[in-house]
Amino acid sequence: MVDKSLELFDSGHRACGGCGAALAARLVLKGAGKNTIVVSSTGCMEVFSTPYPETAWKVPWIHSLFENAAAVASGVEASLKKQGRTEKVVIMGGDGATFDIGMICISGAFERGHDFTYICYDNEAYMNTGIQRSGATPYDASTTTSPAGKCSFGNKRPKKDMPQILAAHGAPYVATASVAYPADLMQKVEKAINTKGPCYLQVHAPCCTGWGFEGEQTIAIAKLAIETGLWVNFEMIDGKVAKVKKVVRKPVEEYLKTQKRFRHLFKPKRQDAEIAAIQAIADRNAEKYGIDIKLKKE
Amino acid sequence: MMEITEGSHAIAKIVARCRPQVVSAYPITPQTHIVEALADYVADCKLDADYITVENEMSALSACIGASAAGSRVYSATTSQGLALMFEACFNAAGMRLPIIMSIANRALGAPLSIWNDQQDSISLRDSGWLQFYAEDNQEATDMHIIAYKVAEDHSVLLPVFVCFDGFILSHTYEPVDMLPQEDVDKYLPKFTPYEKLDAEDPISFGMYATPEYYHEFRYEIDRAAKRAADVYRAAAKDFAGMFGRDYSGLIEEYRMEDAETAIVAMGSICGTIKDAIDEMRDAGKKVGLVRIRVFRPFPDKEIAQALAKTKRVAVLDKNISLGSKGAVALEVKDAMYGKTIPVLNYILGLGGRDVRKRDIAAIVALAEKGEGDMFYGLRKEVL
Repeated sequence: MVDKSLELFDSGHRACGGCGAALAARLVLKGAGKNTIVVSSTGCMEVFSTPYPETAWKVPWIHSLFENAAAVASGVEASLKKQGRTEKVVIMGGDGATFDIGMICISGAFERGHDFTYICYDNEAYMNTGIQRSGATPYDASTTTSPAGKCSFGNKRPKKDMPQILAAHGAPYVATASVAYPADLMQKVEKAINTKGPCYLQVHAPCCTGWGFEGEQTIAIAKLAIETGLWVNFEMIDGKVAKVKKVVRKPVEEYLKTQKRFRHLFKPKRQDAEIAAIQAIADRNAEKYGIDIKLKKE
Repeated sequence: MMEITEGSHAIAKIVARCRPQVVSAYPITPQTHIVEALADYVADCKLDADYITVENEMSALSACIGASAAGSRVYSATTSQGLALMFEACFNAAGMRLPIIMSIANRALGAPLSIWNDQQDSISLRDSGWLQFYAEDNQEATDMHIIAYKVAEDHSVLLPVFVCFDGFILSHTYEPVDMLPQEDVDKYLPKFTPYEKLDAEDPISFGMYATPEYYHEFRYEIDRAAKRAADVYRAAAKDFAGMFGRDYSGLIEEYRMEDAETAIVAMGSICGTIKDAIDEMRDAGKKVGLVRIRVFRPFPDKEIAQALAKTKRVAVLDKNISLGSKGAVALEVKDAMYGKTIPVLNYILGLGGRDVRKRDIAAIVALAEKGEGDMFYGLRKEVL
């Protein structure tokens, strides 16, 4: 059982007020518990949580490089196994570390079948270096390397489907979660760390600085992502979708309008074709995962 | 026990007797025979280690970093391109003060691609914080692994070590090697006691982020530990000599230097050839000697300056080149000899597996006597 009163990610770290990633770290550790070793990749979370000589981590923690967290975790797990120790190994990587630079390393570690849980806190761009696009950046989001301009609507490609890629590696447990649904997130962490083998959990973690919204809106925006179908919370067990968060879907506009990264879709003039293209992404998600709650006709 | 064995197999056997708990490596010529042999030991339950077969060298060293931080004795082996791919993790492992031992079967770096020997690979990581030992023959390469663990794991050092031996020339050569039995290795090398480790009972953070207020001091501490390693090495090698009779306790080895007018400075297997060439030159009345660098990091500048003090000229042989400058060994020897009037001449040779023979050594000594140096030796002018 998850002990919700457990605080293993201490306050006083340097994250922005309303940081989705910091909240994700706190919730992940509640779900994982004390008998955990965390391996972090380079990124916002690593920097805001461990400015020497201070650390926010009340569990053993190691950061090596940007791209190698899954390999470091492989070594930690092998080391614990040889010493007959019982700690669980949890990786915390951002979307850049996960979708892009760490991809080979993650693929190798999942193929080898180490017993660990890889958690990607997904804030959909390289926030630590100043909001550059990553393979997790959604279609049309304006970032500093995919800026909207006179002949650009921002990021040209939809998000890479990491959960499916890792499910294809034979991962026994693959899931998505959101900081807007803490109980669900903590339960998924608990389930993942208690599943033998390499597990993957991708957590939607809005970034007020990078996405352009006020810090107190983090949860509301994370919730809108789910309610519009642009983020789907699901669980896959042995490659098959086992559980999905169903919603009465709202138009994607309601989500897009809340963030500066999509502002160019509404100002100086409304870009109907682009908004329709994003709506189509949500519709495909809804169909693929069956998230729509059908309301009875009145 | 004396065995006639391939260098790689001797090294693998002795590494297994050092009882690493985690081994992680990626195959690359000419390192493969070592990691294949270790895989065999694990498969036959002769080595109780977790063997992580990674997808590239970056992950090999990264897995060692994680395993070492979690408190296990670890081992890896690589060379050339593999070591270059590890570049970032090499600095990281030293920065986190993890006593990882890695065999380097020295090989050239591309382009052009070459699988043959020189020492450009490990030399290119001279600034990474790893200690670097260079073996002359397979006996020394084998013994040095045991000593390397002792030095690296010493709590006043806590730095990783490259044990370097020339690819093919040593790794694939059969030589008689006196293999220390398990009980002797156990007697010399105690169980690994980490200074700190990842442990849920006593949580600490490894690999934090340091602002300009702290980073400078971190680097100072690493440098200090690397310099302290000189004494720790001497003591560890003396212990080894006391127990097993083979003395590697000098960071340098002097050969026929007592009245030498021309001193050669070199590292690795080429020194065997140089010693034979010196014997012949001595027979012909030339006063030539050798200073072999056994430990390149920490660099034994005082020992070198002292050993060369009474010579008339110094010929430094480099199987590497800092392109646009000189060979790395020559640069450091010149630094050690700063303020002295003895000329230090540099010869770049043996790159990418070009064979170096006794007559080449004699030719270099003749060039040094004429004051000609700071050159690539033995260029084939017809292909330039």
